[in-house]
Amino acid sequence: MIKLEPRKNRSSILEISTPIIAVIMTMLFGGILFYLMGKNPFEVIKLIFWDPVMSPTFSEYSRPQLVVKAAPLILIALGLSFGFRANIWNIGAEGQYIMGALLSGGIGLALYPLSAWYVFPLMILGGIIGGATWAMIPALLKIKFNTNEILVSLMLVYVAEQILALASLGFLRNPEGLGFPGSRDLSKYESAANPELIAGTGIHLGVVFSFIAVIFLTYFLSYHRTGFQIKLIGQAPRAASFAGINLRYIVIFCLGLSGGLAGIAGMFELTGPAGVIHIDFNVGYGFTAIIVAFLGRLHPIGIFLAGLLMSLTYVGGELAQFMMNIPAAAIQVFQGMLLFFLLSADLLVNYRISLRTSINKRRYK
Amino acid sequence: MNMGDINLSLLFASLIVAATPVLLAALGELIVEKTGVLNLGVEGMMIFGAITGFIATIETGSPWLGFLFSILGGISLAFIFAIVTQVFRANQVASGLALTLFGLGLSSLLGYSYTGIKPAAFPDMHVPYLSELPFLGIILFQHDPIIYFSIFAVFSVYLLFRNSRLGLILKAVGENHDSAHALGYNVILIRFLTILVGGAFAGLGGGYLSLVRVPQWTEGMTAGAGWIALALVVFASWQPFRLLVGAYIFGGVTLLQLNLQALGVEINVALLSMSPYLVTIAVLVFMSARRAKGSLEAPRSLGKTFFGL
Repeated sequence: MIKLEPRKNRSSILEISTPIIAVIMTMLFGGILFYLMGKNPFEVIKLIFWDPVMSPTFSEYSRPQLVVKAAPLILIALGLSFGFRANIWNIGAEGQYIMGALLSGGIGLALYPLSAWYVFPLMILGGIIGGATWAMIPALLKIKFNTNEILVSLMLVYVAEQILALASLGFLRNPEGLGFPGSRDLSKYESAANPELIAGTGIHLGVVFSFIAVIFLTYFLSYHRTGFQIKLIGQAPRAASFAGINLRYIVIFCLGLSGGLAGIAGMFELTGPAGVIHIDFNVGYGFTAIIVAFLGRLHPIGIFLAGLLMSLTYVGGELAQFMMNIPAAAIQVFQGMLLFFLLSADLLVNYRISLRTSINKRRYK
Repeated sequence: MNMGDINLSLLFASLIVAATPVLLAALGELIVEKTGVLNLGVEGMMIFGAITGFIATIETGSPWLGFLFSILGGISLAFIFAIVTQVFRANQVASGLALTLFGLGLSSLLGYSYTGIKPAAFPDMHVPYLSELPFLGIILFQHDPIIYFSIFAVFSVYLLFRNSRLGLILKAVGENHDSAHALGYNVILIRFLTILVGGAFAGLGGGYLSLVRVPQWTEGMTAGAGWIALALVVFASWQPFRLLVGAYIFGGVTLLQLNLQALGVEINVALLSMSPYLVTIAVLVFMSARRAKGSLEAPRSLGKTFFGL
């Protein structure tokens, strides 16, 4: 009989190796999927995981893209991971990302064509406030009425998408755009633009900001009181309640942090890679970031690595789409699979699988 | 009967059609949650059921086979969730999210070449005599078999939890899995099977969406219906009849919103389109505020993993 025996301490070797196991399993099952689609699995896997970084023909374009796509994923996932640790499930980051972009974009467009140093900082502030305010809706409803934050934050994604449509077709539309939907191109408005800092690397201010966020939050999680409390709630909820941790404050903090970071991610995306406020501005970073957060073991440094890996599947996926006609949806399946394998592999971290039957006796001695 | 009456009764009849996908999915989730499992993958199972049913109908020409395949589609995704959460004991919230992402991706992968095709029509089944009743006949008795089934299922689930031994066992597992285990029930197996039942309902709901309600396949066509189903279960306080009422209210809001758009009323389209989601949030807040004062509660073990002794 197979028995599960709880480990006294989470196995740290396995904790680091489970993401690797999960990636290998995903490659295996993804390979089967590609084989069923009539493609050579080895070629596709190589195209997704190897060529964007190493191939001489593609890497020139792909390497910068890798960084560009990783930045929003890392920023959003960093925020989400704090909540996930404390069992606060913000799954509406996509909406907060949109609202951050909209508010910062609105500020930028309102000031256009003013040329001043303070335009960009004001827009960053707008991104934070836009995202955090949108996240405060589920937060306040949770602490006031104990409303389920999962459902509220998700419903607000659909609402935000409609506001985005409203903005790009209506109140933020480019007045010189000949009636086409979409705003002015903010990446061409010098005071608001977020250009590439070093040519050919893809590094823009958002990337720099995500690096800083990783370092700051690593420190915060290890040394700050709130970081400690969040860890405690996750690991020992009863102990946390005895210790008198103010749960309302933690809810506000976690949702505010994740909303603010998602908003900043939206702001940097809008002013840099995207440029214009358009109906299809959001491409699902808010949802993929959930996978990134778990893949990174809810730890800032892990999330940094996971963000790069997930970005690789995006960039490699585009390459596979272009070279081998693999639909973009296949990559989404791939990412979903990765999360399944990862969550399943977690069993090994928390439990020891034992084939003996005498465990019960030993435990109750 | 004047024209106004006919329009009103047709409106009610189409309200029921609009509500049925969500009702079916929510009913499945209600059973699952009663046994203490929170499956947030309803959206994924629904849309997967929508595409498997759609493909089966296009390829065979039979909507009946289509519905069978949408049920099978829902079950197969639920099977993954059951394996991950019951065998591998993974976190249910995260696994449910993974299921939704996975289902959305897989469905658009499969549905790639099926966009813009019309499926074979699913004929209505008029109930003899009753369908000729004035007003009520049109609203209630001129529907297709799936709608009758959905109402029948609501009654059955109500009776299951009220009057049957099986219902009692399911509730025991959901309220306190340790006690249920001590009484000798196989918690993991019971939950595993219930998750599959929930998947069947979600798949059928999705199939109804792509085969009858719309009827067409478009990527991401569930547009949050699965999440609204989850909200409905909370709204209904885990009671089948309240679920029915909630689903029909929701169907009414959706329909009203669509009709106003069609009529070209001077309200912004975007504002109308977000109304179902805003109503859902309002309802959630209302219910949770009431519950805070101490009325009906969720199953005690909801969302908690059973690790066995």
